[in-house]
Amino acid sequence: MSKLDTLQTELLAQVEKAASLTDLDAVRVSVLGKKGIITEKMKTLGSMAPEERKTAGQQFNAIKNAIAEAIEAKKEALEESEINARLAQEAVDITLPVRPEHQGRIHPLYQTYDEVIAIFGQMGFEVAEGPDIEDDFHNFTALNTPKNHPARQMQDTFYLKGEENGERFIVRTQTSAVQIRTMEAQKPPVRIIVPGRTYRCDYDATHAPMFHQVEGLIVDKTTNMAHLKGCLIEFVKTFFELDDVPVRFRPSFFPFTEPSAEMDIGCSRANGELKIGTGNDWLEILGCGMVHPNVLKACAIDPDEYQGFAFGIGLDRLAMLKYAIPDLRTFFESDLRWIKHYGFVPLDIPSTGAGLSMTGGNKR
Amino acid sequence: MKFTLSWLKDYLDTDAGVQEIADKLTSIGLEIEEIIDPTEAIKNLIVAQIDECVAHPNSDHLHILKVNTGKEQIQVVCGAPNARTGLKSILARPGDFIPAFGEPIKVGKVRGVESFGMMCAEDELGVGQDHTGIIECPENAVVGSSITTIYPSDPVFDVSITPNRGDCMSVYGIARDLAAAGTGTLKPLYDEKETLVTPAFKSEIVLENTALDIGAPYFTLREIRNVKNSPSPKWMQNRLTAIDLRPISALVDVTNYFNITFGRPLHVFDADRVKGKISVRSAKDGEKLLALDGKEYTLSEGMVVIADENGVESIAGIMGGEVSGCQDDTTRVLLESAYFTPESIAKTGQKLILTSDSRQRFERGIDPAATIGKYGSDMVAKMILDLCGGECSEIIVTGKEPEKPAPIAFDSKRVEQLCGVDVPAAECKAILEKLGCTVKADGDKFIVDRPSWRSDISGAHDLVEEVLRIHGYDKLPATTLPRPNGVHGILQPKQKREVSVRRALANRGGYQTITWSFMSSVYAKPFRKADPVLIANPISQDLNEMRPSLIPNLISAARSNIVKGIPDGCLFEVGPQFFGFKPKEQESVAAMLRFGQTAQRHWAEKPRAVDVFDAKADALAALDAAEAPQNVQITREAPAWYHPGRSGAIKIGKTVLAYFGELHPKVLKAMDVKTSVCACEVFLDNLPPAKKKAGKGIKALKLSAFTPIVRDLAFIAPRSVDAEKIVIAAKNTDKALISDVSVFDLYEGANLGDKKSIAIQITIQPTEKTLTDEEIESVCRRVIGAVAANTGAELRV
Repeated sequence: MSKLDTLQTELLAQVEKAASLTDLDAVRVSVLGKKGIITEKMKTLGSMAPEERKTAGQQFNAIKNAIAEAIEAKKEALEESEINARLAQEAVDITLPVRPEHQGRIHPLYQTYDEVIAIFGQMGFEVAEGPDIEDDFHNFTALNTPKNHPARQMQDTFYLKGEENGERFIVRTQTSAVQIRTMEAQKPPVRIIVPGRTYRCDYDATHAPMFHQVEGLIVDKTTNMAHLKGCLIEFVKTFFELDDVPVRFRPSFFPFTEPSAEMDIGCSRANGELKIGTGNDWLEILGCGMVHPNVLKACAIDPDEYQGFAFGIGLDRLAMLKYAIPDLRTFFESDLRWIKHYGFVPLDIPSTGAGLSMTGGNKR
Repeated sequence: MKFTLSWLKDYLDTDAGVQEIADKLTSIGLEIEEIIDPTEAIKNLIVAQIDECVAHPNSDHLHILKVNTGKEQIQVVCGAPNARTGLKSILARPGDFIPAFGEPIKVGKVRGVESFGMMCAEDELGVGQDHTGIIECPENAVVGSSITTIYPSDPVFDVSITPNRGDCMSVYGIARDLAAAGTGTLKPLYDEKETLVTPAFKSEIVLENTALDIGAPYFTLREIRNVKNSPSPKWMQNRLTAIDLRPISALVDVTNYFNITFGRPLHVFDADRVKGKISVRSAKDGEKLLALDGKEYTLSEGMVVIADENGVESIAGIMGGEVSGCQDDTTRVLLESAYFTPESIAKTGQKLILTSDSRQRFERGIDPAATIGKYGSDMVAKMILDLCGGECSEIIVTGKEPEKPAPIAFDSKRVEQLCGVDVPAAECKAILEKLGCTVKADGDKFIVDRPSWRSDISGAHDLVEEVLRIHGYDKLPATTLPRPNGVHGILQPKQKREVSVRRALANRGGYQTITWSFMSSVYAKPFRKADPVLIANPISQDLNEMRPSLIPNLISAARSNIVKGIPDGCLFEVGPQFFGFKPKEQESVAAMLRFGQTAQRHWAEKPRAVDVFDAKADALAALDAAEAPQNVQITREAPAWYHPGRSGAIKIGKTVLAYFGELHPKVLKAMDVKTSVCACEVFLDNLPPAKKKAGKGIKALKLSAFTPIVRDLAFIAPRSVDAEKIVIAAKNTDKALISDVSVFDLYEGANLGDKKSIAIQITIQPTEKTLTDEEIESVCRRVIGAVAANTGAELRV
């Protein structure tokens, strides 16, 4: 082995021996630096004969390149192990819990409210609203509820203290009052739904002094009771997200509709568990009918020219049925555990296009 | 309305079974609430014969029986005085249910002697009232056979009658409606030629009616003398018991029986307990009556009463008086059969808060044509004579039967117009006739005269309902509702805002709640901005005022969670609050309340108590979701329920959009909350309406080609100087160049005395060229000058 070969082997060994980037740089300086071994060798080329210079030059360059390459390779390897060492150092316990974030819940009643609005919106209804405090005319008289009707008794209706021109006011017992306010303000065609708070003097296991209704009203020249049936069947199918729901219409009585009906949906109560859409049992779900001519007259609408239907649904009850919530009173108890359990995440926004409710996925 | 199957079949000839009748009733609007078969629970009980009856050695009244069940002989201890050898009675064996006990019986030991069953009395099984001894079955009863061979199953129907159907508040009325609907045929009550009663004398009772125009247009009395009052017959007692009425005596039971059977309320006075002239008149203010329910009622002018020289004896059509009521020794009675108007009865009943079977019927409207004659007073008198003997007088009549309303013009095409189902004219006519109407043709229309018992039918719309009801609601087609043309928003802008605010607050961690619109005046008081809106008849004093603010209810909600062991939380509600007792004196508010710590303890982040800035952030987020304008002002004008130094208002001009802050410690103390609480209230009705724009296009985005430069400046200012003032002064220095100013540090250490240090970061955004250092320094110098001039703050050096 020539002297130069020995040198190269030696230098490569030095490169290989470098344990850190600092060591490696020291090797680079000692070999390729201004006063490095190879640099010094190069300087000797000037004093050589041309032939010799050519050969030696090539040999020196070869060594220089080999070392530079080795240094580069070593540098990469050292950098790699250094970063690996740092990363190993930086490892954390990834099983620790994440930083706290807070997502709240939408109350199941309001989720239902949004669902109902989405369904009827798709059928061309607009949302109307009215005051919680009402007068006798809008809550009763105009709704064809004569002065001595049992519904006007103190036991059912909350009255407010204070009078104006001898009139006492009440908190509305039904969202139907908004039918009148709407028809006073707007000539037919009318197609509205009215969600809202309603109040009755009643508090037990199945009654709350405040609850929620959604009222529907259509007044035009052609809408009849078959449309009412079609509309409500479409509603219950969409709302309960079932392909088919058996439906039964029964004659009933409401002062402000004639003919009046109650609608039942098919269900089963096997083993104490209520299932909608199957079985041989019936569940009353809403009251409805054709708008009574006296109601139209009270709003200065000619009942010989216009007709239509109205319905009223208990929103709380709808929510309870769809989401199997057992107790009405819990709706109003503000228990955070209950709201978290029965509530909906804010991005679960009902739409008839995207599907009314999320699947519940793996969560519920 | 309750009745039994056999009772119905007295008037309805039908082979239909229980379920078929029930389904039909529901389908014609007489909704079945429940069908109860009292023998269902005791059907395992059997007829058994006592083979041997000996005295119990350890008792002076008990017997030890050997009872033959038909298969074996068992030992039973029995205390009934009528237990005797050879008697056939009803036996319950271990495991058999006894209604009076509410549970099955077991093998037991009575005074040391084992008993393997129980011989039963009627009242223990709910098959009768007798409790004097064990049941005595007839001689020919078959030992070992079911109790139903002695007490046949007679299911009780419970039907919900809507307020318009007074005619169906009776067994006969229900039978009539079923017959009209094609289930069975109505049996004739008697031969038309039959004479029911022959008056034997003319009564000397003087009757005066001055209430003809105030509720008693038709009032009759009939005297019946030489009657003997005793318990009513067993079949009548059993029927009354089956529907939860208590048998009293024949005279009283007859009136109750007619009330239920024919919907004909009656009253029977003991003629020897009334004095002088009988008058039907208005009560005088303050007159009192001890009624048959044992309570005293104070009457007022306008209530119709029946009175004699002693005073009021009965509240017309609602309840009789204790004094003139029939007793066991009654021998002479006055039978009242009358028509009182629904309005008068309802008014009186509501005022007195007194309800009765009689009121329920008068209030809904009874058949005025069945007051006297064979379907009224005569039929009742006959039954009294049959049961109690005696003789009746001629009837004494005041007033007259109210006139029937005019006939109704009816176009059968209305049925299709309103209901969407085609019922041919001939079928309409047939249905109405089956219901008792008289139908005459008038061109292609009908003139319809309604029957006297259907006072609810007043116009063509009622006839449409009757036709549809009998034709069948199940024949209504379901027609798809045509959609209106064009796309339109279903929500008003205000409602849309509410939806967004709800979702935004939930997204910020809020749990949506719904609290009552009313609350306790005690808690409401500190939150009132106007006179309290009080409820005249609250369900409790805790809920007696319409809430003036959502905050107190949310504080109560927080407290109830804290009590349950949930120390931290965030609740929000969107709903009305009230500032007056008239319609529309309310506003829509979104309120969010945080209590306790911001989070649970965490390994990386330290939680802190909720504070004013949480509430401010909530308010701003809600306003943002509601698309409120951006140019709002923050002021210190929050109401008294907030911490005065840690609260504020968000305003546009003079309009308050929101309040936010930590709640006042006094308010929290009064409501017994000991943790930190902050809240915000956003007044949704106060938001200016969204600007109407032609399209939905968004203003084009302009991005600068030059890199923004950031400079930090710290100021020393009096503590009273608002940070926002410094920020605004800095921003306004050069609106073209300064794109953003933000506060990044606040220091209020003791070494600064009554001053504080506020550090701001200024972002300078060149728009036309790169700025030189000198130009940047110049901006900073101008900012320092402007801040000093506007706020008195000086650069910290």
